[in-house]
Amino acid sequence: MTDQAQLLPGTLDLLILRAVSLGPLHGYGVLLRIGQISGNALLIEQGALYPGLFRLVRQGLLKASWGTSDNNRRAKFYELTAAGRKRLREETDNWNRLANAIGAALGAQLEEA
Amino acid sequence: MKFLDSLRFRIATLFHRSQMSAEMDDELRSHIQHRADDLERSGLRRAEAERRARLEFGGHARFREECQEAAGGTFIESLWQDLRFAFRMLRKSPGFTAVAGITLAVAIGANAVVFGVLNALILRPLNVPQAQSLYGIERGSDKAVNQSYPDYLDLRDRNRSFEDLAAYNVASVGLDTGNNPSGAWLLEVTGNYFDALGVQPYLGRFIHASDERGPNSAPYIVLTYAYWHSHFQDDRSVVGRTVQLNKHPFTILGVAPQEFRGTLSFVFPDFWVPIVNQEQVEGVNVLNERGNHVMLMVLGHLKVGVTPPQAVADLNSIGADLEKTYPKDDGHMTFTLIRPGLTGDWLGGPLRAFLTGLMLLAGLILLAACANLGSLFAARAADRSREMAVRLALGATRIRILRQLFTEAILISLIGGAVGLWGSILLMQALSVWQPLPTAPLQIPVTPDANVYAVALLLSLASGFLFGAVPVRQVLHTDPYQVIKSGLTGTVGRRITVRDLLLVAQIAICAVLVTSSMVAVRGLMRSLHSSFGFEPRNAMLVETALNMAGYTADKAPAMQKRMIDALETIPGVKSVGSVDRLPLYYGANSVNVFTDKTTDLRPANAAAEAVIYNISPEYFDAAQTTLLAGRTLTWHDDKNAPRVAVVNREFASKIFGSAASALNGYYKAKDGSRIQVVGIVEDGKYGSLSEDPQPAMFLPVLQSPSSQMCLVVRSNGPSNGSSQIGVGLNNDPQQLVAAIKSKVTGLDAGLPFTIRTWNQELESALFPSRMATLTLGVLGVLGAMLSVTGIFGLAAYSVSKRKRELGIRMALGARPKEVLRAALGRPFKLLAFGSAAGLLLGILASRVLASIVYQATPRDPLVLAGVVFAMALLGLLATWIPAQRALSLDPVILLRED
Repeated sequence: MTDQAQLLPGTLDLLILRAVSLGPLHGYGVLLRIGQISGNALLIEQGALYPGLFRLVRQGLLKASWGTSDNNRRAKFYELTAAGRKRLREETDNWNRLANAIGAALGAQLEEA
Repeated sequence: MKFLDSLRFRIATLFHRSQMSAEMDDELRSHIQHRADDLERSGLRRAEAERRARLEFGGHARFREECQEAAGGTFIESLWQDLRFAFRMLRKSPGFTAVAGITLAVAIGANAVVFGVLNALILRPLNVPQAQSLYGIERGSDKAVNQSYPDYLDLRDRNRSFEDLAAYNVASVGLDTGNNPSGAWLLEVTGNYFDALGVQPYLGRFIHASDERGPNSAPYIVLTYAYWHSHFQDDRSVVGRTVQLNKHPFTILGVAPQEFRGTLSFVFPDFWVPIVNQEQVEGVNVLNERGNHVMLMVLGHLKVGVTPPQAVADLNSIGADLEKTYPKDDGHMTFTLIRPGLTGDWLGGPLRAFLTGLMLLAGLILLAACANLGSLFAARAADRSREMAVRLALGATRIRILRQLFTEAILISLIGGAVGLWGSILLMQALSVWQPLPTAPLQIPVTPDANVYAVALLLSLASGFLFGAVPVRQVLHTDPYQVIKSGLTGTVGRRITVRDLLLVAQIAICAVLVTSSMVAVRGLMRSLHSSFGFEPRNAMLVETALNMAGYTADKAPAMQKRMIDALETIPGVKSVGSVDRLPLYYGANSVNVFTDKTTDLRPANAAAEAVIYNISPEYFDAAQTTLLAGRTLTWHDDKNAPRVAVVNREFASKIFGSAASALNGYYKAKDGSRIQVVGIVEDGKYGSLSEDPQPAMFLPVLQSPSSQMCLVVRSNGPSNGSSQIGVGLNNDPQQLVAAIKSKVTGLDAGLPFTIRTWNQELESALFPSRMATLTLGVLGVLGAMLSVTGIFGLAAYSVSKRKRELGIRMALGARPKEVLRAALGRPFKLLAFGSAAGLLLGILASRVLASIVYQATPRDPLVLAGVVFAMALLGLLATWIPAQRALSLDPVILLRED
């Protein structure tokens, strides 16, 4: 567990959007999917996921509906709305720009040293 | 739009709140189930898997709250939470809640009532269309609202500022609608009165300017709705009917709408009659007398675009012209505009001052109540510091805790405000049907309206915020770590806290209230026992208006003589005298008098303004006015004899310099006739109880006849001879009343008259000071109540706070006296300090009182002693229970606790 990275503030929403973009998921499913696509490298407190989900629903980026899970249990499924899809694209671009810039900055410092 | 959407969303979430949280619970549970499924699959037993899943999930409640916040339900949700919590807290301490609620209810109720009266009498305009442009005209020189009829006509026809000017006068008449002559109050109005005001009739038609065609040309009556309802049983066929007004036939033209009750705020007439019929109504016609200024109140709507200063300038230019044209009749003629309805500065001034003062006092009461509750709240917050520390430690923000405290404060203030408003509405309803004086149509028409409700709500909210804000600093400075570590730290220190200051302020305010009410009560008591210049005890008043029975001024004296002679034959009656207008009866009639040497009799040259009474010779006997020098009047002082008068001592010294030179001296009346002074009587009270000595003259009724008449019947009084003020009629007077009745009806069966004791009549003169005393007394009691609860609160708190210390002291052998000193020394010191400050302030404030309450002086040792005694008693009362509690502490139990 110690090799898991702390989540940067604000990135949880992006991860949720990304996870859900691959198909409708219930809350626990979102958690599993994030673990799967990040190679279990990120530490997410389970309960902390839900405020994020509610926030995204309220912003109209996700829509939720009750359904039945693979385990044959009642669960609330989330999927992207059009706005959510657009936001995901924008945030991904933002993130990439930010990551490149920070990476470049850190790299440049190394060469100088 | 965005705001609306968000609002709609919030409201929707509010309604779906329970559904939402149920869903949230379902979802979180579903998550834990899914996780447990996975864990089970990895080999754990189901129970163990579920336990592990729940642990991994983390703080269920915290996430739930965060979810709710994220979902947008947070504001209303947390308000709801705060409210529920506040309710729980208040229910948990019912004593505190009750004290706080009652304190506020009383304070806000008092404010609502005072404001209600202020609103009804002063703030609310008369109920006519475009009331904001309606103004009355007051003469600036002597602050009188009355104009003579010829002056009124000039003002009306020559001004360019008013749409129209109407005028009216209050009078009383005898009205006979068939078989029952009874007295009624009316307004004599100019023909354009209703049209100028813009009022429409409810039934029939109103009087118009075209109805006026000279003296007695318009025998018409317009009824008020209330009179129509009570005396004509809503009979719509009343229009066109003829009734007998002072034995003259008058035709009922119509009925006014219910909401229009005349143009005075506190006197509701029974009907309106055209002023041109004044002779039939009052028995005399003074419409041609330009110098008779004690006559008409004038009012009208300003033209659109004309400002009050422009109108005043316009009126003043007419006034200057009148002054020049009629120097004998019109003195200094400048005008000011006044709010109609309160007879200008004569009544409106003192009334406004008194009500404003009262409002101020009521505001002080509320402030004292807030100070009181503020310190209670601060004490409570200190007691709850551990609870707050725990909440802070668990991550609650200080803002959230403050919000919670404010919610509690405002909840209490709203509850208190609602109860107070309810009480005040009951009181106002009682007030508005109350007729304080049996002899006049005086009413206090307080009907609570939106203004009153708004003020009550505003005051509640404001006071809630005010006393809720007291513990704010305390909460902001709470250090959860310290509080939890060291437990309840009683801040034992000599530091002066906000609470102490609040208590001192509150006690000072209460002492002011107690002082002023005591000053007022003492003043009233003294004014009841002061010299009026007549003796109201054992005197009956028989009031008749001979004009109501058709007697004109020249026929009246003969009838008066016959009545006096008849009544004097009643056994037990010592003497009977008549006077045209009782002293202390709604102000006095004054006229200008001149020294004998004055030749130019214009008002500016007058030597004095003297109160005038037309009396029968026996009046001084009947009224028991002491004759100081010379002789009284006789029935021989008639039209054929030289004119004579009896004057009072003040008149003598003002016109002649001394009583000795006045006797047999001459002075001049306005018409130029010389009048000889034949006697001098003691000074008395004529206009009001609180007036300075006024010059007065008494003229023989045969030389200046008047059809207004009041008979003073002096009897031996009850056999025990100790009739006191306020004692009702006992058997003896009742027989007297019956005897008087049969004598008067024996002389003229159609003569309306009333019989009452002079003491009853004095009610009207004493009414202002009675009301002032009553209201101040009530406020004083409220103030006293507040200081009791305030001191009690502080003392009780200081005892409970220092329980442990006191326990240790007692365990170490402190005597009860020492324990008491330790526990209550501080509250007592504060009490003494506050009382002293309040007493000083009260003495200053009482100077204002002296203008309303006769002989109210704060430098009365009895008042000072009374206040000190009252405050000490209150302090004792308020510290008694805490002191008992301090003494009954069991050190063993105390030290074991904590």
